Amino acid sequence: MDIAVTLVVQGLAFFLVVWLVMHFGWPGFINALETRQKKIAEGLAAANKGQKDLDDAKLRAQEIIREARDKAAQIVEQANKRANEIVEDAKKAALAEGQRLVAHAHEEITLEASRARETLRKQVADLAVRGASKLLSREIDAKAHAEILDKLELEIERG
Amino acid sequence: MTASVGESGGGMTEYIQHHLTYLTVQLRPGAFWTLHLDTVFFSLLFSVAFMFVFIGAARRATSGVPGKLQCAIEMLVEFVDQIVKETFGGKSRLVAPVAITIFVMVFLMNFMDLLPVDALPAFAKQVGLGHLRTVATADINTTLGMALCVFLLIQWVGITEKGLVTFFGEWFTAPFHAHGLVAKILLAPPNLLLRVIEEAVRPLSLSLRLFGNMYAGELIFVLIAVLTLGSRLTQFATYPFGVIQFGADFIWTLFHILIITLQAFIFGMLTIVYLSMAAEHH
Repeated sequence: MDIAVTLVVQGLAFFLVVWLVMHFGWPGFINALETRQKKIAEGLAAANKGQKDLDDAKLRAQEIIREARDKAAQIVEQANKRANEIVEDAKKAALAEGQRLVAHAHEEITLEASRARETLRKQVADLAVRGASKLLSREIDAKAHAEILDKLELEIERG
Repeated sequence: MTASVGESGGGMTEYIQHHLTYLTVQLRPGAFWTLHLDTVFFSLLFSVAFMFVFIGAARRATSGVPGKLQCAIEMLVEFVDQIVKETFGGKSRLVAPVAITIFVMVFLMNFMDLLPVDALPAFAKQVGLGHLRTVATADINTTLGMALCVFLLIQWVGITEKGLVTFFGEWFTAPFHAHGLVAKILLAPPNLLLRVIEEAVRPLSLSLRLFGNMYAGELIFVLIAVLTLGSRLTQFATYPFGVIQFGADFIWTLFHILIITLQAFIFGMLTIVYLSMAAEHH
């Protein structure tokens, strides 16, 4: 074993290599590794968050669709009800109107009939008075015999 | 494989000796000033290659989608970072870079052991270099140099994590804890002794373990190569020995892949453990 100056040279060379590695080699790799680790962790977290957001959105979408469907059904039902109501109302109105018209017509007819009867009665009474006066050949005072005439009128009316 | 050396007629001993001799240069007179050029060359070569790739990739490192090179290095970085995070309790930013440097550098230098033992020396001979040892970690200077660096880092981490007073105080008060002044004074010398032994043993065990494994591995490759040393194609014995040599070489190479990785891992792992022990309060 010949320990000699080679030992000093080797030792110094080794020190130099260690120093260079420590200052110019090692930090570059460690920093790169650590930064990448952080990036990967962040990426994974973001992916998880994205997945969760997507699930939430899906659930919300389903809820919205269900709500919309319910609402639509409700609206259709309401519309049907309203339509029925309208038809019903129209029917009622038409019926009422018809009844009103019929009643009016009845009234008119009754009025017309009574008017005609009145006219007819007056004419008959007149005719009867004229006929009676002619028949009795004497003048009958209409005013004096109003009672008789009224009675006559009544009889005519009944007859 | 052995043609270039076997012809010289020096035999096994010379062949093995030749393989265990460093390419040296004498900087100054005196045994200490002998520099192992081959060891320094290969360790510097791998240092530069490692720096070039690692720091180059670190400059272009992105936190977005990484390229193939960045992916490969990041696997290693994460592996080391994980171990350090699990083992090291302190706040020092020094441990992980030290560990990854040791892993990579030791592995690369060990890896030279898997090249054919004569390949690079034969090439060196062509260029005019008489000797060449390619495995820098089979040189005690390399392993002890690194281990002593680790030793200094252990003291540094100890001081910065605990502060000077606690750090030096523990030399005299741990592992034997005493209550009372007399007991403290009595236990101070054994504590200091144990501490010194503990600290001295660490770089020794670190360096000798790696050196021993790599030296032995290299030696076994050399011994396998000796099987057909000086053989000629006209001799019958060349053929069975050639087959045995191939088989042995193949098996030892497979096994050695495990050893070089394991030794790199052990050196780095023990460094992390020592540094985390230094950061712990007793």
